[in-house]
Amino acid sequence: MPGIQELQKDLSDDFALLANWEEKYEYLIEMGMDMPAMKPESKVDENLVKGCQSSVWFDVKCQDGILIFEADSDSLVVKGMVAMLHKLLNNQPAKEVLEAELSVFEELGLWRHISSQRSNGLTAMVAHLRAEAVDCLAKGG
Amino acid sequence: MTKDIHSARADFPILKQSVNDHPLVYLDNAATTQKPQVVIDALVDYYTRLNANIHRGNHSLAVQATEAYERARRKVAGYINAERNHEVIFTRGTTESINLLAYTYGEKFVQAGDEVIVTQLEHHSNYVPWQQMCLRRGATFRILPFNEHGELDLALFERMLNEKTRLVAVNHVSNSLGTVNPIEEIIRLAHAHEVPVLVDAAQSVQHIAHDVQSMDADFYVFSGHKMYGPMGIGIFYGKEKWLEALPPFLSGGEMIDSVTPEKVTFNVLPYKFEAGTPNVAQAIGLGVAVDYLKQFDPLELQKYEEDLLAYGLNLLSEIPDLIIYGSPSHRSGILPFNVNGIQHYDMGVLLDTMGIAVRTGQHCTQPIMDALHISGTVRASLALYNNREDLEKLADGVRRVIKMLKR
Ligand SMILES: Cc1ncc(COP(=O)(O)O)c(C=O)c1O
Repeated sequence: MPGIQELQKDLSDDFALLANWEEKYEYLIEMGMDMPAMKPESKVDENLVKGCQSSVWFDVKCQDGILIFEADSDSLVVKGMVAMLHKLLNNQPAKEVLEAELSVFEELGLWRHISSQRSNGLTAMVAHLRAEAVDCLAKGG
Repeated sequence: MTKDIHSARADFPILKQSVNDHPLVYLDNAATTQKPQVVIDALVDYYTRLNANIHRGNHSLAVQATEAYERARRKVAGYINAERNHEVIFTRGTTESINLLAYTYGEKFVQAGDEVIVTQLEHHSNYVPWQQMCLRRGATFRILPFNEHGELDLALFERMLNEKTRLVAVNHVSNSLGTVNPIEEIIRLAHAHEVPVLVDAAQSVQHIAHDVQSMDADFYVFSGHKMYGPMGIGIFYGKEKWLEALPPFLSGGEMIDSVTPEKVTFNVLPYKFEAGTPNVAQAIGLGVAVDYLKQFDPLELQKYEEDLLAYGLNLLSEIPDLIIYGSPSHRSGILPFNVNGIQHYDMGVLLDTMGIAVRTGQHCTQPIMDALHISGTVRASLALYNNREDLEKLADGVRRVIKMLKR
């Protein structure tokens, strides 16, 4: 399993090949569509992340200190963002998730288009995953 | 000589820029309009040449600034055809104007058991202040619903009016659906029951009829920033007899006549309602925006915007799976829509990547969205500088987003 930094590098290399915003978003949306589907029964209110304009669900599990999650959103753009987080953070040690500097979103400028919303969805999603990582570590991972 | 509407676009410097590598297509005018260069210049000029606190000093700058501020009031009064200049009160905007009335009118005229009528088409700014006032006063908050066309039912309205009704608050144009409400008829019916009417003109004053005397509005409120003027300035118009009868809203400097430890006497209109240092530069800027608007022939302007709206609605209605909300017989400035299977939010984000600015979501009208059983809409909204090309780009953009998302 490659590390988070390496995955971020891969992602930014992929996006660098795309000429304009439309292509970048098209790619992002495809990533969302390609993400493994979330089990419908996991889409319950307790898995809803608050602070997002659209609905986002995360079902996070901790196995031997490793964070494993499924996620979905009713917005295809947000789902693309979620898929990026999934690519970067799924199956990673909780410790790494906590320490990771997620610079790729900033670097790609993708979030600029959607972060002017009252509550910044990405921040809320990352905070949610970090909180889960803290719990996971506390369980003696 | 009136100004040619097609020449307007060149007056707005912000429209010349590119956004996300595309020439900006600005279709979020119901949220706020852009400002012509003359308005921007007026703000700079005020701080460059004129700045002083008004009504307070007798040095030259103070006198000139006061004159400019009062001239702006007269311009606005002229624009809405107020009978008296002192019926025009400067506020921060529509929301503050409505709160001003909800607090003062509520305190003076609304008792437990009384009723206030708003409509289901209101912006939260013309809904929540009344709901809260009713809660404070123990009054009943009544809501006139809209029908399947997005129109108000006047027969029902007439039945809701009774001897307990104290006030009606209604917009002239709905910011979510664009419905033009039959304001003169609403006012006539309310007056037949001796009930005063507040008209929320935030989405109408810059587009359609805005003569407070001919519609016989008791209170008429709007925001400068939605009519090509600066942010931070708005208008509360009230008939003199009402303004005299109402208690002050905010208290402090400017609004008093004399103060002793025991009591104060309040200043005359309009100052009674303008506590503290007002937004002088913005008021002057609003006056300049009014001058700008008055260059156009009002009927020609209205016709231009109506044609543009019809053109845009027609272009959108040709797109498969696109739903346009409401079908009022008279609509102004607003194109509210969704595409089946596509989140309004996604539509907005992706249009933005093409340089097209629209708004998505509830537009501060949750009661409307709830009634339509939707979480929100995409809303394109027009101003006088928009043209057919803007709407063609919107329709093309929507088709491209559909292609991107529906594979
Ligand atoms: C119909 C209507 N009323 C009130 C408001 C509130 O205006 P402001 O935010 O300028 O106070 C708006 C603006 O969004 C509006 O469209």
